[in-house]
Amino acid sequence: MSDAAATDTPKPREGTPWARIARDGLWDNNVVLAQLLALCPLLAVTGTATNGLGMGLASTAVLVVSNSVVSLLRPVMSPQVRIPVYIVVIATLVTLVDLFLNAYVHQLHKVLGLFIALIVVNCAILGRAESFASKSPLPAAAFDGLLSGLGFTAVLVVLGGVREIIGSGTLFAGASQLLGPAFGFLEITLIPDYRGFLIAILPPGGFLALGFLLAGKRILDRRAAHRRAIAQARAAAPA
Amino acid sequence: MSDADTTLAQAPASGPSAESLRERIPYQAGLLGVVTLLATGLLVLADALTRGPIAERRAEDLAASLAQVIPASLHDNDLTADALTVTDAEGAPVVIYRAVRDRTVTGVAYQVRGNGYSGAIDVILGVDPAGRILGARVLAHAETPGLGDKIEAAKDDWILAFDGLSLGDPPAERWVVKKDGGDFDQFSGATITPRAVVGAIKGGLALFADHRDALIAPPVRNIDH
Repeated sequence: MSDAAATDTPKPREGTPWARIARDGLWDNNVVLAQLLALCPLLAVTGTATNGLGMGLASTAVLVVSNSVVSLLRPVMSPQVRIPVYIVVIATLVTLVDLFLNAYVHQLHKVLGLFIALIVVNCAILGRAESFASKSPLPAAAFDGLLSGLGFTAVLVVLGGVREIIGSGTLFAGASQLLGPAFGFLEITLIPDYRGFLIAILPPGGFLALGFLLAGKRILDRRAAHRRAIAQARAAAPA
Repeated sequence: MSDADTTLAQAPASGPSAESLRERIPYQAGLLGVVTLLATGLLVLADALTRGPIAERRAEDLAASLAQVIPASLHDNDLTADALTVTDAEGAPVVIYRAVRDRTVTGVAYQVRGNGYSGAIDVILGVDPAGRILGARVLAHAETPGLGDKIEAAKDDWILAFDGLSLGDPPAERWVVKKDGGDFDQFSGATITPRAVVGAIKGGLALFADHRDALIAPPVRNIDH
């Protein structure tokens, strides 16, 4: 595993490697919030929280399997052809996801169909393959894929939720089409007779909401660092 | 992630001989070939598994969109069973689905397309034998949410105003939006979208008029049971 987690944060590593991977995937090295990758599918599908969730889960599935395959290929991999091999693996997985979504979750496929193919060029997936899975044993690679994917999904859902609430006054509209009728309870109309605030649903709204999310993460990180510094200072200087 | 490129070269080594083998072009070509071959096999398998279900989903989609414009009471046949293909004014083929009751054609449905503000707008149109509109619904579009999407029946009942109209009612020159001197409402902030839909529906009615005799002729069944 070594330095593979490729943290952009200067903080010293803490906790077990597994906790470290989880923390990196979900927050510290989040695909969107820290690495600013995969913005094209992110901004394109997050008109509603449901679409974000669907796209996130599809990407997560691809990430877990692609990380696993790339990790398994380590013993035979040749550095010169690794990128084409990764691309073939990822493109194949995405096509599989596309076919199975079309066959078994047709409603979601109608909404996301256009963007599923974009998962191939989602640099986050190639990025995790290259910077983590290609140097890690299978369990760690799969776990990293899962947690990075969940981190990505979380951002998609939050961004989609914010844009949906502001833009159309609903939350998780169409969730029963994605998850089955049992999840109909998720569909909430927060503001009845809401006339809609168009810009939130349009592409500029995506950029605006993403900007606020990024700023929010930095504020939280800074506060945490500040608290840590105070705690350290207190520990260093006994009363 | 820039550190990745520098560290990957030190990836697992099972000995100096393996290392030099991997440096050779044939090994690299073979590796890429084998991976591609495996990927192809997997895709062939997945295609075979999903082809049936995907065709079923498509058929369900088609049946659902036809049902929106042809009332169930009008037909006792499978709408997709008595389909015809005609050529429209631009020479493109149009599949016409026919509703048949007691061996008489009671209506037809087909897809027409208009050019909206941001791309094609697909409309399914149902027409009775006299050339009156049974119903029109937008199947797919990429118009601006909140402005152009009032053409969807789920968002606004604008599209329902077409029911019962025909090429002569209103007269041909009034088959445009009000801004252009016609009978149909445009939306505030969006004129191009309704204009495209009105134009597409008018074109669809003209298509029906051109092929009326062929379309409403009783369908011939080879097997009488």
